[in-house]
Amino acid sequence: MMVAIEHYLAMGGYAVFVWPAFAVAVLIMAALAIDSVAGYRRRLRELALLEGDLP
Amino acid sequence: MFRFANPARFMRFSAAILPWCAGATALLLAAGLVLALFVSPPDYQQGEAVRIMYVHVPAAYLASLAYAVVAVASAVSLIWRHPLADIAAQEAAPLGAGFTLICLISGSLWGEPMWGTWWVWDARLTSVLVLFFLYLGYIALVHAFDDPTRGARAGAILALVGVVNLPIIKFSVDWWSTLHQPESIFRLGGPTIAAAMLWPLAVMALGFTLFFVTLLLVRMRSRLLAAKIRALRLVG
Repeated sequence: MMVAIEHYLAMGGYAVFVWPAFAVAVLIMAALAIDSVAGYRRRLRELALLEGDLP
Repeated sequence: MFRFANPARFMRFSAAILPWCAGATALLLAAGLVLALFVSPPDYQQGEAVRIMYVHVPAAYLASLAYAVVAVASAVSLIWRHPLADIAAQEAAPLGAGFTLICLISGSLWGEPMWGTWWVWDARLTSVLVLFFLYLGYIALVHAFDDPTRGARAGAILALVGVVNLPIIKFSVDWWSTLHQPESIFRLGGPTIAAAMLWPLAVMALGFTLFFVTLLLVRMRSRLLAAKIRALRLVG
């Protein structure tokens, strides 16, 4: 089992190229998603506060 | 055409489709990753390194698609002065820049084992690098003015001038000799890529596309909320 996993992770000797390529894609897309959603949530909160202040 | 371009309608319409877009994105990207990393076969020449294709090609496709969105929205903004068009263009740009960066880095990581070099200054690679700088230039220009309307207009003009780069990227592999392989999917006579690789690639490409659509909707909603917050602050 361990051998099979190690064999898989080695990616036929291309591990140092394949895994960073996927990691970069995941990191950049996660950063875009977090930036977009965090900004949206912040403004939703801000708007709720402002509308709560109104009579 | 402008039925959904009214900001209030856009907010209702986007709220309705956003959960579906987000759910479909998560499903497709999860399925795409499993297909790309476990199900699809190694290439007979490239071995396991071919798996880089499943992030590189969708990222490259989205890099160009997002720029087309920026350019079309910029044209709509210049011609009809529609406020939603400016917002669409400005919020698509950082997403496109992100995809272009993924494309450049994954391409470099693919080039080293397959071509023996991280980078060459040939037409395909250089024109995609130019695309990345166009995104950065557009974002910087939009924010370079005190008056947001002037920034939006200057950015829209830059975006339209930069459209000339899109056909250069697409046809660079035919027009000039290059290390980069020619088009293997959207070509006359059908794809030259094996079906066992085409399907995982198609799932990933669709997942990337829906990821872009979902985040674009979130970012546009966010901008409209910001406008509402500003308006409320002025009243209060």
